[in-house]
Amino acid sequence: MSKIRIATTSLAGCFGCHMSFLDMDERLVALLEHVEFNRSPLTDIKHCDPCDIGLVEGGVCNADNVHVLREFRKNCKILIAVGACAINGGVPAMRNHFNLRECLEEAYVNGVGVENPQIPDDVELPLLLDKVHPLHEVVHVDYYLPGCPPSADEFLSVLGDLLAGREPALPKKLLHYD
Amino acid sequence: MSTEAKQNTITPNTITIDGQEIPFKDGQTIMDAALAAGVYIPHLCHRPGLTPHGSCKLCVVDIGSRGVSFHNSDRRVQTKFSVDIDGRSVSACTTPAVAGQQISNNTPALNEVRKTITQMLFIEGNHICPSCEKSGDCTLQAMAYHLGMLDGHFPQFFPHREVDASHPTVMLDRDRCILCELCVRASREVDGKNVFAIAGRGITAHLIVNSPSGKLADSDLETGDMAAHICPVGAILIKEHGYEVPIGRRTFDLHQVGEIGLEKVILAKVRHTDE
Repeated sequence: MSKIRIATTSLAGCFGCHMSFLDMDERLVALLEHVEFNRSPLTDIKHCDPCDIGLVEGGVCNADNVHVLREFRKNCKILIAVGACAINGGVPAMRNHFNLRECLEEAYVNGVGVENPQIPDDVELPLLLDKVHPLHEVVHVDYYLPGCPPSADEFLSVLGDLLAGREPALPKKLLHYD
Repeated sequence: MSTEAKQNTITPNTITIDGQEIPFKDGQTIMDAALAAGVYIPHLCHRPGLTPHGSCKLCVVDIGSRGVSFHNSDRRVQTKFSVDIDGRSVSACTTPAVAGQQISNNTPALNEVRKTITQMLFIEGNHICPSCEKSGDCTLQAMAYHLGMLDGHFPQFFPHREVDASHPTVMLDRDRCILCELCVRASREVDGKNVFAIAGRGITAHLIVNSPSGKLADSDLETGDMAAHICPVGAILIKEHGYEVPIGRRTFDLHQVGEIGLEKVILAKVRHTDE
């Protein structure tokens, strides 16, 4: 039987969910007998091939995030929003209280210790969205894995269910938002 | 139906919740009787000892047949009215217990509706658990765990309401307020003050402070008041004590929201910081 193909990415997140994924430690070895990684920061593959499962960490804060998220939706049979930011915007969405110019000026113009103050405008930089959005406001999401970050046990529970052909059902004792 | 006949058909002063017969005293609500019998009905705005408010609607239960049979001549049998009596959904905290009530509480359908209500409470405020110092002690969060909520489902409001940090020991973050009025009632009924109220209607409803400036600093609120500690979410917080109990050791890390009598544990936990 061919291996289940998984893609992962971090959008407006902190990579904490990916670190937590790696907290599976030696259990990763057993998992890798059943799955292979496609596009992911773990493989450095830059674009998605058709995949079975997409794990997306972080919310949507810029044009590149939208582009990547749509690529994942297009290529992944099952798309999972991983962690608080993917589910409700999380800490990055706290900038939604302010307008974008205020945020940029606070960080790059008026911030403490800023030298040569200027708002970055290189054409290579993805344009920031006006507000940070959770994934499900941009594409259809099939399942949610809450937590900041979700524990390695949560990842294993959901992937275990999917590998066994079951609808994912996160045990309540693993459910947490912090 | 005569009173005498009614007494013959139903057991006096008991109701039935999910098939379990539960006694009640005259004047008790369905919620009072359930809690006294150790039966959990999910709730956020209810607190034993305070006047029921009936606003959060998490305690909605279905009342089936009351075991009262109508005579054919009863007009209610000939109209839709009898159907209404049989299939009502009511708030358990505001509905009096009446002998013979057949109540459904812990059903998949009701818990699904409760989860949707909880999702709406989440998306209407800024309930970003990782950045909130109430996380782990928050009853809204614990309710969402209890109901198995994985996501907010609806688009986020991301409201921006006024923060009041003027008081030396208490702060008020209105973005997290769920309008349960527990602080309003605690202040009036227990503290003997009148510090809080809800103003506005619908989407503009918000918590206000009764002081000339509208600020907490100019109100009668003191750290020892029940109103300062009763908030089920992170809207009213005691300053400088937020992280004395680490994440992982907090109320709902150690307890389930469905445990009866947890109010005392929660209050003890928040009060110990001042003692």
